[in-house]
Amino acid sequence: MRDRFVKKYRYSWILLKELVRTGFKLRYQGSALGYLWSLFKPLFMFIILYFVFVHFLRIGGDVPNWPISMLFGIVLWNFFSEVTSTGLSSVVGRSDVIRKINFPKYIIVLSSSVLALINLLLNFIVLAVFMAIGHVSIGWSALLSPLYIFELFLFAMGISFILAPLYVRLRDIGYIWEIVSQALFYGSAVIYPISMVVSQNVVLAKLLLLNPITQSVQGARNALIGSSNIVASDLTSNIFYTLTPILLVAIIFIIGAWLFKKRSPDFAEDI
Amino acid sequence: MNDEIAISAKSIFKDFYLPHEKNDSIKSKIVNAYKKKDRGADTQHALKGISFDIKKGEFFGVVGRNGSGKSTLLKILAQIYRPTSGTVEVRGRLVPFIELGVGFNPDLTGSDNVYLNGALLGFSRREVDAKYQRIVEFAELEEFMSQKLKNYSSGMQVRLAFSVATVLAESDILLVDEVLAVGDADFQRKCLEYFKELKKLKKTVVFVSHSMDAIREFCDRAILIDEGRVAIEDTAQNVAKEYSKLFIKDTNRTKQRQERWGKGGAKYNKVSLAKTTITNDDTVITLYAEVESVNVDGEVIVGFMIKNGADAMVCGTNSAIVNQNINVEIRKGCVANIEWSIPNIFSDGKYTIDVAIATSTGETLEWWSNSTEFDVFNYQSTPYIVSPKFNLKYKAASRRSGKRNRN
Repeated sequence: MRDRFVKKYRYSWILLKELVRTGFKLRYQGSALGYLWSLFKPLFMFIILYFVFVHFLRIGGDVPNWPISMLFGIVLWNFFSEVTSTGLSSVVGRSDVIRKINFPKYIIVLSSSVLALINLLLNFIVLAVFMAIGHVSIGWSALLSPLYIFELFLFAMGISFILAPLYVRLRDIGYIWEIVSQALFYGSAVIYPISMVVSQNVVLAKLLLLNPITQSVQGARNALIGSSNIVASDLTSNIFYTLTPILLVAIIFIIGAWLFKKRSPDFAEDI
Repeated sequence: MNDEIAISAKSIFKDFYLPHEKNDSIKSKIVNAYKKKDRGADTQHALKGISFDIKKGEFFGVVGRNGSGKSTLLKILAQIYRPTSGTVEVRGRLVPFIELGVGFNPDLTGSDNVYLNGALLGFSRREVDAKYQRIVEFAELEEFMSQKLKNYSSGMQVRLAFSVATVLAESDILLVDEVLAVGDADFQRKCLEYFKELKKLKKTVVFVSHSMDAIREFCDRAILIDEGRVAIEDTAQNVAKEYSKLFIKDTNRTKQRQERWGKGGAKYNKVSLAKTTITNDDTVITLYAEVESVNVDGEVIVGFMIKNGADAMVCGTNSAIVNQNINVEIRKGCVANIEWSIPNIFSDGKYTIDVAIATSTGETLEWWSNSTEFDVFNYQSTPYIVSPKFNLKYKAASRRSGKRNRN
């Protein structure tokens, strides 16, 4: 049993490791500051959004440590966005190899997702620095945050597995996803606290929490930074609001895996 | 499947669905992107029922003209394409070399590319490590491995790619697509030696090539694919013979490739051969040419050059080299006839002849490339560029009577 498992996934594992390794090496090829950009990018985005939303628009005053929560949200959103956008074009981007050799194609999507995950870990360095500056105390609940990040990872992977084969056939998907992803950004309570929505429209806040991204971002914030970051169970005792996003992630992932598996034997011809 | 068989292909069909160019509206594109298979009018039948078995340890050739479907077949064997119908069974680990250096990235160093290419072929870092030194030595790139691939010359890149492929390819079955034509002469010889090595090691090799010399030299058996079907499955010798016959059917080929250039002043009116199909029985090939002078008076040099099907220059000469005490002189407005006797040294295949006329100082008056052509069916043909008649003398060793003289 174990041997069969090892035999089946040996090739995939070898390939995944090598693609991640070379992808990491290539990521900041030719840039003077190299990996530091992984830190600078969220930092500068944070500074800009901080000035616009916190300083001028005065959003999030009621949430303690909101700027740090916002940074965390941005870091997570960037992760989601990177997984889906690189995942979308990953298969087409490897067309030269796909046309010449047969290998497990899902490794292409997986390797670009793992690269995004590595980038996320680097981003956490920036987050940790701000948390230390802001004297955010970390409790045991912080251990829950990886679970939420995993949820987000699965969701992004599921979407990539759907988008990548569609993009092979129809390049319009790239533009469509850009627009959808903008809508998702504002529908995910990343740059505004959900408590702001609650004070105006509770139903809308509940709806926002049905979005798996909101659930994972808010959940991770709640676990790591503070319970003032509202999650579904704070608004309603109805477990439907907690389970639906999880179910959505599962459904999207299963559809993605099924579609990708079904389409991948034809990639070599369709690209 | 029989234990002795490495690859078994059963009635493989492959259709390609070519997209309509006219459907430009977004709606029809979206609709059609998922309905390609309904548009039968644009179906291209690349393979029409191909079956064969390749035995373990066999060096199996696949030949065919461009567009005959042999590359498609190779991709199906490598499981890159899936056949429209039919099955391919493969026993053992198969490594495809459809192209060298798959996944090579110019921004990575030579050694990173070795590991990446290895991983794509299914070799772990440890497995590559064990052979890394041999790869580097085979490619003769010891000092360059830590440099980025983009700083390599194209020859160096090819050498590296070939080395990775060959050294790593210690698997059961190899698919090789025309990789012989790479690198400089030295490296090519090395590759040929490697193929001989493979043959000695009794690897199963599927070898696609245009080079009949290579097919004849390495392959035990071969198939000829023509218009998506197996035209013949036989020994490499017979298949190669059949392959050269395919080209004879293309009568227009030479005419299309004819080209005449030069500074003018004299020209060839016509070039012909006493016979255009040459066999062993012909000891000489006679070439006739008629030259007309427009405004040149005096001595000229006339010559010819013979190229084989692969456009390799086989032989040729001119009147200045031959120098049989004949001065070819032409006079304004007059015609001169030239006759060349060329010894029949040719291997099987199709040959074309270039003729030229130049001034005694070497200025080309006219060069007529592919002026005429001939086919050779030489029953004593060798896989080499030329097959001249050789004589073998042999005397049976008779036992000497008496004692041998030790001094």
